[in-house]
Amino acid sequence: MTTTPLPDAAGRFGDFGGRYVPETLVHALEQLAEQYEAARCDPAFQAELDDLLKNYVGRPSPLYFAKRLTEHCGGAEIWLKREDLNHTGAHKINNTVGQALLTLRMGKKRVIAETGAGQHGVATATACAHFGLECIVYMGEEDIRRQAPNVFSMKLLGAEVRPVTSGSRTLRDAVNEAMREWMSCVETTHYILGSVVGPHPFPRIVRDFQSVIGRETIEQSRLRLHSLPDVVVACVGGGSNAAGMFHPFIELDEVSLVGVEAGGRGNQPGDHASPLTYGSPGILHGSFSYVMQDEDGQTCDVHSMSAGLDYPGVGPEHSYWKSTGRVSYTSCTDDNAMQAFDALARFEGILPALESSHAVAEGMKIARKRKPDERVVVCLSGRGDKDAAEIARLKDQSL
Amino acid sequence: MSAIDELFIRLRSENRKALMPFVTAGDPNLDFTAAVIQELVARGASMCEVGIPYSDPIADGPVIQASYTRALDHGVKLTNILQTLGNITSDNVAPRLAAPLVTMVSYAIIYRHGLEKYADQLVKQGVAGMIVPDLPLEESSQLANVCKARDLSLIQLVTPTTPRDRALKITETSSGFLYYVSVAGITGERTELPPDLVERVSWLRENTPLPVCIGFGISQPEHVRMLAPVADGLIVGSAIVRRMANAKKDPAATLREIGDYVATLVAEL
Ligand SMILES: Cc1ncc(COP(=O)(O)O)c(C=O)c1O
Repeated sequence: MTTTPLPDAAGRFGDFGGRYVPETLVHALEQLAEQYEAARCDPAFQAELDDLLKNYVGRPSPLYFAKRLTEHCGGAEIWLKREDLNHTGAHKINNTVGQALLTLRMGKKRVIAETGAGQHGVATATACAHFGLECIVYMGEEDIRRQAPNVFSMKLLGAEVRPVTSGSRTLRDAVNEAMREWMSCVETTHYILGSVVGPHPFPRIVRDFQSVIGRETIEQSRLRLHSLPDVVVACVGGGSNAAGMFHPFIELDEVSLVGVEAGGRGNQPGDHASPLTYGSPGILHGSFSYVMQDEDGQTCDVHSMSAGLDYPGVGPEHSYWKSTGRVSYTSCTDDNAMQAFDALARFEGILPALESSHAVAEGMKIARKRKPDERVVVCLSGRGDKDAAEIARLKDQSL
Repeated sequence: MSAIDELFIRLRSENRKALMPFVTAGDPNLDFTAAVIQELVARGASMCEVGIPYSDPIADGPVIQASYTRALDHGVKLTNILQTLGNITSDNVAPRLAAPLVTMVSYAIIYRHGLEKYADQLVKQGVAGMIVPDLPLEESSQLANVCKARDLSLIQLVTPTTPRDRALKITETSSGFLYYVSVAGITGERTELPPDLVERVSWLRENTPLPVCIGFGISQPEHVRMLAPVADGLIVGSAIVRRMANAKKDPAATLREIGDYVATLVAEL
């Protein structure tokens, strides 16, 4: 494996990444990269972040042995990295407290964010409430419908939720709208992007803040398993929980890494949200990476039952890991994810987020094929409470 | 030398300024696009910017976004857009279009088609250059080389958030003209333009031999009167595209309305 730290100064992970944005944003992105670099090397910043992660977020999150699920699958041991137990119920908070601290450091008082499932919106609203920052969240109308409880939470936390009615009215359009808004307020406002996507330095910043997941998993594996896991699995929307989980493992070649995209209802364009599996390299949201596009370069509509995975692009570092072969990427259908949701609920008493259920499904599949002395760690990126209404709708049941 | 270079040499020697309207290609259809470009030029436009519809235009406000969406919903394709432009720039049409065309196009689209292929198509269809709003200086060297080899202008943008030393670097790589974005923000009509706009543009114009044109927010005759003296040209987009929304219902009336509107701006140059 390469030992040069990535991304390079131009924000490239191999061929991928970069900064394809309007000139209006370039200066702010350069400043952000500089300020982040200074913060990263500042022990006081790191100490404050560590304190927040411990006492506010509730880290470290447990590494939990899913005994009954393991017995049910009848193969390798399945362990869950419990990001669902973080404050606000998902991994998203790891990034938002970090970026909120960065916002303060840059002397900005106002934050905007996009959200799909609403988890990033809630996590941003939460961090902003904690620090007394003004917070505006852009959310597609379709997602507002699918994730109503999170919309309500954001409002309770003092954030303003602005519905996005353009395009497919999902995460991709919310990113567009947040970028547009940022263009006119970039001097006073920080944009807390919620995944490892977008122009440099966002993919790097978000990956670094999420890498606490992988670092803890390595430490906990050494303590509890007395070795590293054989396989680590995470779901990939934009790719932040996966990047945070995988990055610390990248040079540990003996550990297989598997990213799971949303396979939706089939492999035809428009039926899934799996750019790494079915897409090709192109430009979206300021970065060069795998994307679902038509022959003219127009972004395709995508589908996933889980709002957090319903995104046509993916972080550039994942494209890089795909190109080097270090991480293998696969996809999991809506139906298989739903079966995994049910299994985790019944066998372990855990309601996973629909996003995370995709990783659980793949983890179960891998476990079945492996021997009982092997270990599969699944990143359980979030809890499923937010999905209750949508699951009832999908199962034709009432709440 | 591209047709844009020639245009500004002529305008500067005659001490005249350019009005450059922006139209979306394919809204509501390509016949209208061809007709509106011809009308605009007949009414005194010196150049036309043709917006290639894109699904995720992050630099555009609601008016242009909606127009792009309408065009894409009607299934407009890049090949057909460029053919349409080729038809009106051809030597065989009379009267010959007396103004160069440039495409405003996302790098997502150029990359997908291939840089050289896209540039070759522009040359073939008689288009003089391109503005790529999501391709900043650092990412542009490859496309700049492709354009240079074909005498196409690659027009770069400078904005209110661009520091002066960076602005100077951008002037060195831009060709055709320099696009000064009047406001920090997205496209769209503004009643008020920033108070320091004249000063910023004047500084830039003193520091580059390139023509400087101002765009974003310009919509009113007073804007033209105020800005024409300090710039080489003015770009008007949303104010025209807003009027295009009626083109499907009544193309003839829309053409006339847009033509009349642009004539009132040209009169203020
Ligand atoms: C619980 C959960 N997991 C995963 C995701 C997908 O995002 P990412 O791929 O950036 O981790 C989301 C996004 O909203 C989420 O809420």
